[in-house]
Amino acid sequence: MRYLMFVAMDPDRGEDDPEVDDIDDWVARHDASGARVIGDRLRPVEDATTVRRRGGKLLVTDGPFAESREWVVGFDVLDCADLDEAIEIASRHPMAASGRLELRPFWGDDDDAGDATA
Amino acid sequence: MSDRGRAAADDVRRALAHAMATERLRIVATLIGTTGDWDLAEDAVADAAERALRTWPRDGVPDNPAAWLTTTARRRAIDVIRRAHNERAKLVDLAALEALTGAGEARATPVVDDRLRLVFTCCHPALSLEARVALTLKVVAGLSTAAVARAFLVPEATMGQRLLRAKNKIANAGIPYRVPTPAMLPERLDGVLAVVYLAFTEGYAATDDATAEEAIRLGRLLVELVPDSDEARGLLALMLLQHSRRDARLVEGELVSLEQQDRRRWDRAAIDEALDLGRIPGAAPGKYRLQAALAAVHATASRADDTDWPSIVTLYDELLRVVPSPVVALNRAIALGMGNGPQAGLAALDALAGDPRMTGYHLVPAARGHLLAQLGRSAEAVDSLDRAIELAPTERERRQLVRRRDELGDTGD
Repeated sequence: MRYLMFVAMDPDRGEDDPEVDDIDDWVARHDASGARVIGDRLRPVEDATTVRRRGGKLLVTDGPFAESREWVVGFDVLDCADLDEAIEIASRHPMAASGRLELRPFWGDDDDAGDATA
Repeated sequence: MSDRGRAAADDVRRALAHAMATERLRIVATLIGTTGDWDLAEDAVADAAERALRTWPRDGVPDNPAAWLTTTARRRAIDVIRRAHNERAKLVDLAALEALTGAGEARATPVVDDRLRLVFTCCHPALSLEARVALTLKVVAGLSTAAVARAFLVPEATMGQRLLRAKNKIANAGIPYRVPTPAMLPERLDGVLAVVYLAFTEGYAATDDATAEEAIRLGRLLVELVPDSDEARGLLALMLLQHSRRDARLVEGELVSLEQQDRRRWDRAAIDEALDLGRIPGAAPGKYRLQAALAAVHATASRADDTDWPSIVTLYDELLRVVPSPVVALNRAIALGMGNGPQAGLAALDALAGDPRMTGYHLVPAARGHLLAQLGRSAEAVDSLDRAIELAPTERERRQLVRRRDELGDTGD
């Protein structure tokens, strides 16, 4: 399964936890295992651009689409057997200690999602 | 199969209830393991039970009712998958079908009990705590959606939605159907115990004995499945001891304090079962083990006056090291008041009264009122109880406090 892992700052963050990896180690380890498909840091929200189409008109505006105290500073795409493996990998990311990580499963190509069993 | 012919309706019901009690969970857990389809697994077992009610009175109760149920439920699952497969080909279903028809028989003794996988999946921390408790009661304990809804005091439709959401999240988020890795196991097991205890207290608070008893059955299951966990044993002992007082703690709808309960109404069988669940040698006592030990001190005192308060204070000291909670400190202060006199209790109470977490907690002024009354300071005691009455969260507790205040008013100034 693939997960998009949002890496976010935590405005109420606690102290750093020595159990997490250094970011370079973390990236190297999970690139090597194949669990990390791609990932990067993101420029701050001042550099964000929001794009919408409304009534045939293109609206391009400066800034993010949602004002939030927590802001996303990076992302990784993880390819894991299941959620527990993704949690295990996320738990060793340095931002698990100083920020927050959100694991969002890819929708996938399951065409009958939500279809109840007869 | 059986040639005994017709069976009486009572015999059928008894045989079916017994077979379901021992085998339902195993069948559901194995079917989820092979098909990955929770609803299919539950429906197949329900269907097998219905079929038993129809055919056993006519054909007689089979020699091995549990095996009959397992086979019938598996056949039902195969039928459903085959039919669905004809409508829309799905590779997943094909794999499940293969597992159900072939390997299922060969895999007589799985390395890991499927029931344990199911418990860990239902209690996965990626599900909300409410969903974990509801799912465990529904799928592991086998309660109906209506019964789970009653335990949570919500409409059945609401509970149905909540269970559906939980099952969808398991599938969509990739929550695994397995026992966690050794690194995650201790934390996850704590989570499982918390879910079972929450199911129990939910039932206990609502004086819903059926839910509390289901939680105790779950506790027994955990002791069976994780025999080297002392906390699983401690939790089961704790629930049994609390449950043993069910007939004494509530008289004519009113709460009766531990000191005033008629101890002859305590359930001796439950107490004995709890006392037999001794500590595993070498295991450091955890919070459930310590709470069970506390409850056991009360359970083994034949009169309230015989209570071994020094032991209780010592156990609370140990519990405070494991769970540094002001509520534990409050109970320790009360025990100290009982053991070393009300003055000592008041001093301990003063020490924790400043804790902001205790602001508005009715049991602090209630304890103070109790201790002041023992010192003969009735007017102050009444003031404290008035405050406790204002803060009491339930009507039943409020009435209990009013009764105590009124007793004081009669004897005091």
